[in-house]
Amino acid sequence: MDQSVYNRRKRTNRIGLTLSMLAMVIGMSVLLWILALLFYKGFSALSWSFFTASTPAPGSEGGGLANAMVGSFMMIACCTLVSTPIGVLAGIYLTEYGDDSVVASITRFVSDIMLSAPSIVIGLFVYAILVAQVKHFSGWAGMLALSLIAIPVVLRTTENILRLVPGSLREAAFALGAPRWKVALMVTLRAGRSGVITGVLLALARVSGETAPLLFTALNNQFFSTDMNKPLSNLPVVIFQFAMSPYENWINLAWGGALVITVVVLVINIITRVFFREKVSA
Amino acid sequence: MPDSGLQDARRLSIARNQRVQDFLFHKVTLLFALTVLFALAGILVSLVVSSWPTLQKFGLPFLWTVEWDIINQNFGAAIAIFGTLASASIALVIAVPLSFGVAVFLTETCPVWLRRPLGTAVELLAAVPSIIYGMFGLFIFAPLFAQYGQPALQSTLGQMPLIGPLFGGAMNGIGILAAGLVLSIMILPFIASVMRDVFDIVPPVLRESAYGIGCTTWEVVRNIVLPYTKTGVIGGIMLGLGRALGETMAVTFVIGNSQRIGSSLFSPGSSIASTLANEFGEADDIHLSTLFALGLVLFLITFVVLAFAKLLLLRMERGQGTRT
Repeated sequence: MDQSVYNRRKRTNRIGLTLSMLAMVIGMSVLLWILALLFYKGFSALSWSFFTASTPAPGSEGGGLANAMVGSFMMIACCTLVSTPIGVLAGIYLTEYGDDSVVASITRFVSDIMLSAPSIVIGLFVYAILVAQVKHFSGWAGMLALSLIAIPVVLRTTENILRLVPGSLREAAFALGAPRWKVALMVTLRAGRSGVITGVLLALARVSGETAPLLFTALNNQFFSTDMNKPLSNLPVVIFQFAMSPYENWINLAWGGALVITVVVLVINIITRVFFREKVSA
Repeated sequence: MPDSGLQDARRLSIARNQRVQDFLFHKVTLLFALTVLFALAGILVSLVVSSWPTLQKFGLPFLWTVEWDIINQNFGAAIAIFGTLASASIALVIAVPLSFGVAVFLTETCPVWLRRPLGTAVELLAAVPSIIYGMFGLFIFAPLFAQYGQPALQSTLGQMPLIGPLFGGAMNGIGILAAGLVLSIMILPFIASVMRDVFDIVPPVLRESAYGIGCTTWEVVRNIVLPYTKTGVIGGIMLGLGRALGETMAVTFVIGNSQRIGSSLFSPGSSIASTLANEFGEADDIHLSTLFALGLVLFLITFVVLAFAKLLLLRMERGQGTRT
């Protein structure tokens, strides 16, 4: 056989695999660079007042993001309270009732699209149906926009995990004469509990970093406020405004806020992974 | 037995209650499932209603009119559409080969003990909020790009015929190209993790048979894995494209926010999402309605792209069981 053919194939193989490793190295180093910078810049902005003081006036020193963090927390908490039952029950419908029906397949398809739909459009939608009608921005509007983003996440994770619950569990419960709703809530859902919690946490992580939909809904509030019916300060929008500003103090605070959001999102994601792993090994 | 009738009656009433509860539960869960559909319909309807004045005033030519005159209230969507498509295509051109490399590395060459941690790292990076990429782009990437990247591009690609002018003009680090680059970093983990997932579903038997007849790793990837996962790979790419088209924060920071189409990729521009984020606060009347029209255009574009992606990925999933 021709030795040159072997050599050529070996060479192609080596080039291809080296390039793929190079891609991995490039991709990873850029992403690690971003994270390292974020930690470096963010940590230097953290201080006691960062967590206790409200956002400072333009050009002034000091201050913190307390009002933004409280506002974000309130919106995300309400969003979780609203989107969890809706998403979970919708997921139950898809596995227990819908299965292969037309309604179920369309819902599945649409919710997958909503998962990646541009979040700024959801902000426009909530502006049109709520903010423009009542004529003022509010925390409720922000919460509604976030919920619309969170529901598909919860729905799809719930459905996927309930699908893994063995049919024999359901059948055993049916054989005891349990009605369908009891089987769904007390057998299937309980068996898939950890997966459902994962879904809720993932949704939480997803909405924590969303900025675009809040621009037109919750807007921002310079002052400390817990009134959901008024414009509500929140971390992402504050970061956006501060980062685009010419004031050094504001830019520093923006880095601090960015660090807080990223750490929250990453920690939630890591927790969900631990959850899943436990489930697999159990 | 005197009380058996009574017991039967009680059983019947329990059964009836359960049937009612079941019925209610069914309908309630159905209702919640339908909220997703209502939301989609609501978005479409409300966007059309809110953008109606603009659609009526400018008609279909709105889509290809190069005009953004707030003072005289003359608007066209072409500038923003161009910026959106240009930045997203640049992002894809860079991110697709890189994520393909990452996916190949993760499934083929990576030592087994490193697979899980590296795979998890890629997935975690996909979860980093997009505003972080925007800040990185504005404060770190743009200055470096202006100082090193753009001069280097201008002295190499800028000297070539035809594509040369694309890399000319002022070098201040922000613009369509910078937005595309930042977007590419952002969508890399998305595309890479989808590709890795579809590569993983190639049956080991196929792979091993190829190795068995003496294929090299690269040949296995080229001739076995890639053809088998073609639809899934394209689906993953489309998913990344959908993200890139609709991304607001990563783009707004670095695209330059200028309402014109420059001759060079270095020149500032604007995307649909960045226009919305920047101008919505000060807009009223026809301007506001125009912004809604832009939102509608963006929603329709991403909807088509994402629907296409989803269909391809679905076909991939379905093929899994039948192909052996």
